Amino acid sequence: MLQADLLANAVVAGILLGGFYAATAVGLAIVFGQLDIVNIAHPAFIIVGAYVAWILNSRYGFDPVLAGVAAAPLFFAAGALLYRIYYLAFERTGQESLSGLAFFFGVMFIIEVSLLLAYGVDYRLVQTGYAESKWSLGFVDFPLRMLVPFAVSLALTVGIAQYLSRTFMGRAIQAVAQDRLALQLMGANPVRVKQWAFGLGVATAAVAGALLIVIQPVEPSVGRQFIGRAFAIVVLGGMGSMRGMFVAALILGVVESLVSTFVGPSWSPAVAFGVLALTLAIRPAGLFGR
Amino acid sequence: MSDELLRVSGLGKRFGGFVALDGVTLGVRRGERLGLIGPNGSGKTTLINCISGALYNDSGEIRFDGRDITRLPPFQRARAGIARSFQIPKPFRSMTVLENLQVPLEYAAPDHAGERRAAREALEVLDLFGLRQRAHEDSSGLTQVDMRKLELARAMAAKPKLLISDEAMAGLSSTEVDEVLGILRRLNDDGITIIMIEHIMHAVMRFSERVVCLVAGQVVCEGAPGEIVKDPGVQRAYLGE
Amino acid sequence: MRNAVFWGALAAVLVAGLVMTEVFDNEYYYNALYVVLQGTLMAVAWNVLGGFTGYVNFGSAGFFAMGAYTTVALHKAFGLPLPVMIAAAGAVGGLVGLGLGYLTLRLKGVFFAIATLAMAIVIETCVNNWAFVGGAKGSYILTPDTHLWFKSYVQMLFMVMLVLTLAAIAISRTLNASRLGRGLAAIRDDEVAAECSGVPTLRLKLVSATLMGAMMGVAGAPFPFFVTFVDPVSAFNLFIAVNAIAMPMIGGTSHWIGPVIGALLVGGTQEVVKVTVSSELNVLIVGVMLVVFITLAPQGIVGVVRRLRRRRR
Repeated sequence: MLQADLLANAVVAGILLGGFYAATAVGLAIVFGQLDIVNIAHPAFIIVGAYVAWILNSRYGFDPVLAGVAAAPLFFAAGALLYRIYYLAFERTGQESLSGLAFFFGVMFIIEVSLLLAYGVDYRLVQTGYAESKWSLGFVDFPLRMLVPFAVSLALTVGIAQYLSRTFMGRAIQAVAQDRLALQLMGANPVRVKQWAFGLGVATAAVAGALLIVIQPVEPSVGRQFIGRAFAIVVLGGMGSMRGMFVAALILGVVESLVSTFVGPSWSPAVAFGVLALTLAIRPAGLFGR
Repeated sequence: MSDELLRVSGLGKRFGGFVALDGVTLGVRRGERLGLIGPNGSGKTTLINCISGALYNDSGEIRFDGRDITRLPPFQRARAGIARSFQIPKPFRSMTVLENLQVPLEYAAPDHAGERRAAREALEVLDLFGLRQRAHEDSSGLTQVDMRKLELARAMAAKPKLLISDEAMAGLSSTEVDEVLGILRRLNDDGITIIMIEHIMHAVMRFSERVVCLVAGQVVCEGAPGEIVKDPGVQRAYLGE
Repeated sequence: MRNAVFWGALAAVLVAGLVMTEVFDNEYYYNALYVVLQGTLMAVAWNVLGGFTGYVNFGSAGFFAMGAYTTVALHKAFGLPLPVMIAAAGAVGGLVGLGLGYLTLRLKGVFFAIATLAMAIVIETCVNNWAFVGGAKGSYILTPDTHLWFKSYVQMLFMVMLVLTLAAIAISRTLNASRLGRGLAAIRDDEVAAECSGVPTLRLKLVSATLMGAMMGVAGAPFPFFVTFVDPVSAFNLFIAVNAIAMPMIGGTSHWIGPVIGALLVGGTQEVVKVTVSSELNVLIVGVMLVVFITLAPQGIVGVVRRLRRRRR
């Protein structure tokens, strides 16, 4: 009986965690899944988002999630700017592969070290009204500090999916990777479309970061754990599929939670790689891949 | 049967829901000059990719020089004697023109030429294409025409048994087209079987002994150049109803 | 560079190193030079797969740490002499490179790059859980008593690293101009065209990955003796991974001398900054240098020199 209780809680925790993971991966699903840009610095932006939420929360008492949403436009602008530089330096000259990867790696490194220099290695956390509460259904617990990020993440994913399929810009984003020329003939500038998409991707990092710091304390190197997770989710879900991405995130969350509960928490960083490796070996197109 | 160098039987290839090749069957005799024509998107390049191994076909069989090569990786097909040029030239940009040719000589030639001999043979090939003066230039700095010549030169450097040229003459002036046709003719005289994919009709018709027309992944017609032009199916494919 | 000039320069550097150990006593120089040489060796190793073959490895720290922890494990278990442990670390690094390559080199370069990063994290997780080598708490390695004819153990380590680095440079140079090197360059320039030209791309990529892994393992082997305290945080340091990429990219990846130039420039700058400004800022510098250089001069210093020479002609 004890096992069932443990199992149920681990699965629920995994689902909630997985839902949050979707928020960390949705930006990458746009940038990498749709545009094939390997922004390895995406998790670093998430950490910046977490720190922004922390600063606004600890100094002015803002609710972290609202802080994340408020910061999103700024992140959008930063993302658009970063893409511009990337485009001018690499995409235009066709150098994407090697140099582009190294570029984002360098950006990731600069962000992490700057945060380290500015705020040190101490773990930072936020104070929220709901941090300690939880809902219970029988012997299963739903801690609010996990439930709220789950809900927000779900809303974010649905919002992005709707945006991509219903708005002109959203459809242009989906089209730009597949057929540049057709897009140009339709009157849209592919570079601006990609810039918009990249900005959107980084904007989601603001929200994801805020959610992250609600769930757990944050310090600069935490971002690196999410590289494996975010890419595993995007690849497992199938590049370009938002629905697939969310399902993949849930799967990863549950697997990690089960490993953490039954094998040991110090093994969970390895889970994402295991999932990624298995996906690439068995079905590289992912679950819902095009 | 030993007269036949290449036989493709019932080749099928799809990309998701799109059927690129639908039961393509064709044979090429040793020393033949075969032209492959068809409107854009008819599957010509896909067929070439399947023969050379850049893509694996979903169904069907490919036999080359008496062997079943259907599951063989591309580099082994190259070593068996299949060479192809790419529609959009893919030179090894960091290398000189000469080094570009050394690669197939050192890797695809059956006796894996040593470095010095590979360099010598490469220069001879460059002579044939009129590129010898450019041997030590960066391949990335070549003109369009020279790049297409390099593409062909690299394809035949290792003396393949079968050379497939994929729209090698697109965008060339008529003198340049004649030049390339002359080179290909000379290679054929030396015994190399050639499959030519081209949109430039007069070039294909002059060059080929036999022409195959591919439309929407299927062979709709094959025969002598004179007959093909008159075939209603071919005319429909190119000119519409 | 002609053979005679190259081997002459190599011998000269070796002799200079030996002379230095006889003349200078200040331990600081040997410490600093060891770090610069280690960086150079890692850069040369990275470039074999990254620059020559075109597959980016983000997890260099993983290979380095594997070498270091091989030494720790063997030292604790058997107390073997340093050369044996270096060879063992090289073997381990090579096997990991081969294994990782076998799993991921069939896929696009992008997936390989991500896989290397994830691999480094996985290996770090495993080491964290491995009590024998100290796990997350780390391990102390006592400095052995013997240091041959050198005046101190650090001086000997410096010479060891010098020899290893020069050997790696020689191997890299031989590779660059060889048939194998041309095959790798073909893969880097256009993998499909290479395969259609008869290059066995998977096989060559595996060779390249194995060689890189072995060299990085060798680079990590003396590390425990150098720092005397090894823990996963220091061995799997992101700084090592960034340096391994930044140095070749800044110096120029297609030529064997690129990583050497980059390592001397970046490593030298780092040492200077560490001493004059601050130790933390020095870490930031390599990231900034990397981004600035690859944005403005993607072919690195070698590329800039080539362009200048071409203009003069």
